[in-house]
Amino acid sequence: MINKRRSTAVLIGLLAAAALIGPSPARADDETTEPVAEPPKVELVLDVSGSMRAKDIDGRSRISVAQQAFNEVVDALPDETQLGIRVLGATYRGKDKKQGCLDTQQIVPVGPVDRTQAKAAVAGLRPTGFTPVGLALRSAAQDLGTGSTARRIVLITDGEDTCAPPDPCDVARELAAQGTRLVVDTLGLAPDEKVRRQLLCIAGATGGTYTAAQSADELTGRIKQLVDRARDTYTAAPAVVGGGTACEGAPLLAPGVYSDREAFSEHRWYRVPVRPGQELRASVSVALDRPVNPDYGVLLRATAPDGRELVRGVDAGSGRTDVVSAGLRWSAAEEEDEDGPSAEPTPGAEQAVRTVCLVVSNSFAARPGTRAQPGMPVELTVDVVAASPAPDGPDLGRGWVLLLLLTLAGLLTGLVAGLLTRWWVHTWRTN
Amino acid sequence: MRTLIRAAAATTAAGLALTPAAALAAPSPSPGATTVTKAGTSFLTAATVTAGQPVQVGASTGDHLYWSFRADAGQVHKIAATVTFPKPRSGASTWTVDVFDGLRRRQACTAGAQTPTADASATSVALGCTLRRVRPWAEPWSGDPLPGTYYIRLSVTDLPEPDLGLPIDVEMLVGATDSGGASGDDGELAAPLVPNTRAGTVLGAEPTPAPVADEETDLTGWLPEAGSRWVWTTVGGVLAAVAGVVGFGLTRRPRRP
Repeated sequence: MINKRRSTAVLIGLLAAAALIGPSPARADDETTEPVAEPPKVELVLDVSGSMRAKDIDGRSRISVAQQAFNEVVDALPDETQLGIRVLGATYRGKDKKQGCLDTQQIVPVGPVDRTQAKAAVAGLRPTGFTPVGLALRSAAQDLGTGSTARRIVLITDGEDTCAPPDPCDVARELAAQGTRLVVDTLGLAPDEKVRRQLLCIAGATGGTYTAAQSADELTGRIKQLVDRARDTYTAAPAVVGGGTACEGAPLLAPGVYSDREAFSEHRWYRVPVRPGQELRASVSVALDRPVNPDYGVLLRATAPDGRELVRGVDAGSGRTDVVSAGLRWSAAEEEDEDGPSAEPTPGAEQAVRTVCLVVSNSFAARPGTRAQPGMPVELTVDVVAASPAPDGPDLGRGWVLLLLLTLAGLLTGLVAGLLTRWWVHTWRTN
Repeated sequence: MRTLIRAAAATTAAGLALTPAAALAAPSPSPGATTVTKAGTSFLTAATVTAGQPVQVGASTGDHLYWSFRADAGQVHKIAATVTFPKPRSGASTWTVDVFDGLRRRQACTAGAQTPTADASATSVALGCTLRRVRPWAEPWSGDPLPGTYYIRLSVTDLPEPDLGLPIDVEMLVGATDSGGASGDDGELAAPLVPNTRAGTVLGAEPTPAPVADEETDLTGWLPEAGSRWVWTTVGGVLAAVAGVVGFGLTRRPRRP
């Protein structure tokens, strides 16, 4: 009886284990994010034009609010962040527009910040001249230089650019298209409609953000957040690549992230070598950096070199958005062999590398007056990993029905065996 | 015989107790989780969160906020977000929470208010999205959710232009429920869908073909994957044997005392 009890306990234990084991914990892979060697770089661009004298933020002048915000930002600056400060419209007092529109200086060079010096430089600013936003942006991009990481410009202004041409929005788009990953975040101080339009356009063209600051707290909080964001989320800038117009001659890509530009209804081709037993993964994001019609889509196709389509990824949308993305996976079917079944790969022989063509196309429609060049930013990620073969049918079973079936089968077998034995013993005895 | 009946009753009770809760409650922050106070602005810069980790971040109306989280096979994720408007707005706005997998493929929501509209007078709007159960394996051509990185994008899709740039406060939480069904027998993804974020290199020439590796000839090739099926089947065999003995015993003539 004791033995029977123990066996019951063991049985229950086994069943409980069976139910609990179920999902095997998936492996936590090492994160692929490598530490980026370069420190994050930010430049604050402050408008010190005459209009900053207006006392309309909590009863204080715009410039004093901005100065206070800068002081607090400099105090709270993370050590590793390299910060520069550039001003525009700070020195020229005259009326000559030509000269006033060249008025932009870097008062704190981009680098590790000397807090006292930076604060002194900011404290001495007096609202003076014109608003050459375009020129200031171009100079700020030069201050930040080129490098392997993304850069951020934070533009703080209260008034429209008074020096166009160059139109600041065109300058922003041109800077973004130069290859260095440059993001311009804009802050409008008590902005009116024109300023808002302009800042939205600058932010949209570079993938930045726009904020309307109506109080000193809002301004300080937002600048701090943007500076922190530059530190928290900066990544290696994608490699710049120019897609081909056909599969032949298209650039051959290794795994990684790439950036490119694609105009309206243009097709961009790339090639990726895929070995047997490998899986191709690709995704693409096309950014809407200019006003387009509200319905749009993006298509990413993988084709064989002969033009046969292998797989496609597609997404479409409607309304306001930043990027439209699509992705795909593809691996060669295991038995697919161009030379027929006889071409069985023999150990030691060499296996051909297949080249898969990727083509990115879009269905954006330009609004009247939207510029077509340069094209819209395209971000392409390519990865080649080990293929995941289809699982075979399970050889073993699972579930309560299985247990019931096996038990019933066992019981029946036992009964039949017992009856047969009885019959056999009976006949043997009678004989 | 009585013992057997008792055992059967016990196993049934255990089975009922172990059935996963069918209802998926609203996600709640796990105790002791640190609050995330940042958000990315693109796929590459998405801020990483884990399930049960609350997010609280201030932003501007019109920002596209990105977070990423890691999903494993068998999990069902539920995303809940609240956008609060501290300032008056001029009109109604429509908000959306989009979810993408590691290949930036859009993921469907099975439940939840994915694109709610907030009236001009509303002080907050709640968004939600329940994802499909993450499969352990799927054909390359399918769009089924697979283990790996998932991206959340919170943004406003429709609003009067003057409202852009106004401050908002965003709260977000990802909850994960394990619903089982992720055993190795259903296939396994060789590499999770975690995007390669390193800068790429353009190759000069086609890579040389690699020599074919010798085929592996060990037993593990044809043995089924380790997993719960082994235990179930073994227990089934034991039960069958016990039932066989019992059945055999039933046919015996009762022994006279």
